[in-house]
Amino acid sequence: MISGNLKKEFEILLGEKNVMSDEVSRMNYAYDAAVLDPVMPALVLRPESSEQLGDVLRLCGENGIPVTVRGAGTNLSGGTIPYKNGVVLLTNAMNKIIEINEADMYAIVQPGVVTANFAAAVAAKGLFYPPDPGSQKVSTLAGNVAENAGGLRGLKYGVTKDYLMGMDFFDAEGTLVKTGSKTVKCVTGFNVGGLMVASEGCLGVFNEITLKLIPPPKASKSMMAVYDSVADATESVAAIIAAKIVPCTLEFMDNFTIRAVEDYAKAGLPVDARALLLIEVDGHPGQVADEAAVVEEICKKHNASRIQVAKDDEEKNKVWEARRAALSALAKLKPTLVLEDATVPRSQIPEMVRGLDTVAAKFGLSIGTFGHAGDGNLHPTILCDRRDTKEWHKVEAAIEDIFDLALNLGGTLSGEHGIGIAKSGYMAREVGEGSMNYLHKIKNAVDPKGILNPGKVIGD
Amino acid sequence: MNDISNLRATLSELDDLLVNCMRCGMCQSVCPVFQDSMLEGDVARGKLALIDGLAKRMIDSPVAVKERLDKCLLCGSCEANCPSGVKITDIFIKARTVLTAYIGLSPVKKAIFRGTLIHPRFFTGLLSMGAKFQWMATSKADPFLGTSCSKIMSPLIGNRHFLPLAKRPLHKDYSGVDTGKGTAGMRVAFYPGCVVDKMLPQVGHAVIKVLEHHGCGIYLPKNQGCCGIPALASGDEASFLKLLKHNLKPFSQGNYDVLVTPCATCTSTIKKLWPKMAAKISPEAEKKAQRIADRTMDISEFLVKTFDVDLSAHAVVGEKKTVTWHDPCHLKKSIGVSAEPRTILKGLPGYEYAEMNEADTCCGNGGSFNLLHYDTSSRIGAKKRENILATGADVVATGCPACMMQMTDMLSQGHDPVAVKHIIELYADAL
Ligand SMILES: Cc1cc2nc3c(=O)[nH]c(=O)nc-3n(C[C@H](O)[C@H](O)[C@H](O)COP(=O)(O)OP(=O)(O)OC[C@H]3O[C@@H](n4cnc5c(N)ncnc54)[C@H](O)[C@@H]3O)c2cc1C
Ligand code: SF4
Ligand code: SF4
Repeated sequence: MISGNLKKEFEILLGEKNVMSDEVSRMNYAYDAAVLDPVMPALVLRPESSEQLGDVLRLCGENGIPVTVRGAGTNLSGGTIPYKNGVVLLTNAMNKIIEINEADMYAIVQPGVVTANFAAAVAAKGLFYPPDPGSQKVSTLAGNVAENAGGLRGLKYGVTKDYLMGMDFFDAEGTLVKTGSKTVKCVTGFNVGGLMVASEGCLGVFNEITLKLIPPPKASKSMMAVYDSVADATESVAAIIAAKIVPCTLEFMDNFTIRAVEDYAKAGLPVDARALLLIEVDGHPGQVADEAAVVEEICKKHNASRIQVAKDDEEKNKVWEARRAALSALAKLKPTLVLEDATVPRSQIPEMVRGLDTVAAKFGLSIGTFGHAGDGNLHPTILCDRRDTKEWHKVEAAIEDIFDLALNLGGTLSGEHGIGIAKSGYMAREVGEGSMNYLHKIKNAVDPKGILNPGKVIGD
Repeated sequence: MNDISNLRATLSELDDLLVNCMRCGMCQSVCPVFQDSMLEGDVARGKLALIDGLAKRMIDSPVAVKERLDKCLLCGSCEANCPSGVKITDIFIKARTVLTAYIGLSPVKKAIFRGTLIHPRFFTGLLSMGAKFQWMATSKADPFLGTSCSKIMSPLIGNRHFLPLAKRPLHKDYSGVDTGKGTAGMRVAFYPGCVVDKMLPQVGHAVIKVLEHHGCGIYLPKNQGCCGIPALASGDEASFLKLLKHNLKPFSQGNYDVLVTPCATCTSTIKKLWPKMAAKISPEAEKKAQRIADRTMDISEFLVKTFDVDLSAHAVVGEKKTVTWHDPCHLKKSIGVSAEPRTILKGLPGYEYAEMNEADTCCGNGGSFNLLHYDTSSRIGAKKRENILATGADVVATGCPACMMQMTDMLSQGHDPVAVKHIIELYADAL
């Protein structure tokens, strides 16, 4: 429990407006984007500076108060659902871009900077920050690092971890820890930054983050390939990679999703198609032209019934609008949408899609599948109504089947949405008890009182 | 106070709408109030969670929930961008009504809605009295914009630079007009709305000039009432229904082809809320309201869809000026009108059109939001002002009197030499 005295201390530290204890404010930070029950925190704290952030952690450490850090609260795994009687620590008042260094191509940011705002500021300087999660208009960079967020460009440009050069973070006692550097190369000490990636607030609270920037590609070309069979589509994916071409984006949509998008966005998609691939290659203009031609050739060879190459920016936009509309289109069909992200080695995509069909049929559920085919990271999306208890049990069983399916194909539970509380119970299935023990040992060593986002990732 | 379990039961009726919110948080990117405060209680997701929490017994403070719900511009930006298609403004209005019924209407609002607004004749009379006294109590704040900053009123209403009440409201010059079909073969009903009638009659005059120019017959029935949105937004459903009943009568008659308004908020209210709410009166009332709604159009949309509005061949008087456009939320987000006004502006002689950044971001007025949360409203308005100034425009045009008031306040406080005009004024001037 948080005593009146401790609350006062927080108020002296942060100012009264940044310490919220009324019921309504606590309700407002009881949930995130995961389909899970809300839990109300005891207090909501909003530091405005690094010093305040460190002091809050020191106080929580001294008093053994559980802390759940929250960026935009868009994670899909319950990572920001607070611990009972704990506090929620908001980072959104710390949202300054401290430096964009064009000569050395890096940037330093506060934790609460919104991803898309950052990407735009970087683009304005003629540079490029590629990670573009679907939530980028609201997600924070610390949230991206803490979930190792990916996006549409993951295949060629990698995910958030590939852009993390260094950071400083506060540990469970409020001590500032530094790791990494602004230099391209750095082997000074353990790679603690690597450990912080996908740590979901369990190992430290990020303060300033140093991110790598790259020059933007000069040209790009997009196309849509239409297929009468899912196998042909997924085999095209494998063949494109085998031809040593790495498109920046290689997305898949199944028939269910195609129909939903067409119903909703009227984008002119072929509703009879069994599958679609949306492909973009980028780089130097010459290379782009060559690669686009080879990709087209490969798709044709794998029985694409139609290939539509975008002639201009407007057509290109249309291709990607269809993809961006996928989630909205599916979301509108039923009250509850469960967005999964079990991921397999990309050669296993055909098997994965077949398996998902079997799961949908077994439980009589509607599952629309789309996603990052090039990464092996599909998003089987289950549509249901959570209020229907019988159906919800089926959904839970189906999710478990999907996890097993992915693991049997040599895949992983989560490609980018994180473990949080939603998947922590399944962790051992993938990594085994020995690995779980090791993770617990790390956690106990750096956070002996267990105050940093307890219950997440590795469970209690 | 009523029993809280009744309140929860009534709120639970919203469950079928509430359940569609998947808590994705994407509304954070478009909500002007959230972007100012960065507080979850200010964004749609947070507000919906509070309604849900109250209905499901997670929280017990209807007054605090109502306060959060009231801190909203009802601009519909969240709804227009919600991936899940949640009927957010419907939910908010319904929840405000339910909560107001439980808590009671604030005494000031009660006086306004129950005492004046719903008695159109009395309201009109009261305001024109105000117009006469106002000139004694106000000083001209910025001669360029014609606003006046009331010395006497300012402790009560902050440092607003508000538009003075007109000396002569529109209805003094036009009341009970019905000129038949006109040479264009159409009879157009004209609903000026309260602000145009009482504060910006010049906009009403411009509408009439334009309609006459295009040969439209005009139907402007006597004693029109407020569209009702201020009352409904405050949760006062009873007053809204009274006004609606009052308005159904004149506008169910007249056998007109189109009903135009120069007020985006009125247009949106008539089209979207009148039919829905009229269903609560009777099935016949709903039918009537639907007939009215189906024929209702924003003035720019009507002109562009009906006539050739390209005036670029007209002679240019004086120096060329630059004009920019602000999209009222109730025009673009609510009823999807955004291309037509630009078509008109681009066809004006003597004007260069310049698109402003974030043209469709809310100006921050939000009706009574401006009164209740003037600081937030001003900070949101200040961003709009910056975007207007960045275009270097001489004139900012828009299609909603409420936005005009807000932009006038913001620009006037900065002593900026930018005129705020209703698009129809510019069009009328160019004829
Ligand atoms: C519509 C939608 C689309 C999405 N698309 C994608 C996608 O394409 N790819 C993808 O990878 N994800 C996606 N996501 C998931 C989510 O947006 C990402 O995980 C994102 O990185 C979360 O950022 P956030 O700021 O919302 O973090 P939050 O949800 O607030 O927090 C996420 C985790 O990070 C921790 N955390 C936050 N700040 C700090 C800090 N300063 N220090 C330490 N830990 C911290 C939290 O404790 C929590 O465990 C999507 C979500 C939605 C709703
Ligand atoms: S965007 Fe829509 S679905 Fe998402 S949180 Fe906001 S209201 Fe809910
Ligand atoms: S209506 Fe406007 S102010 Fe209200 S929650 Fe939605 S976006 Fe925010």
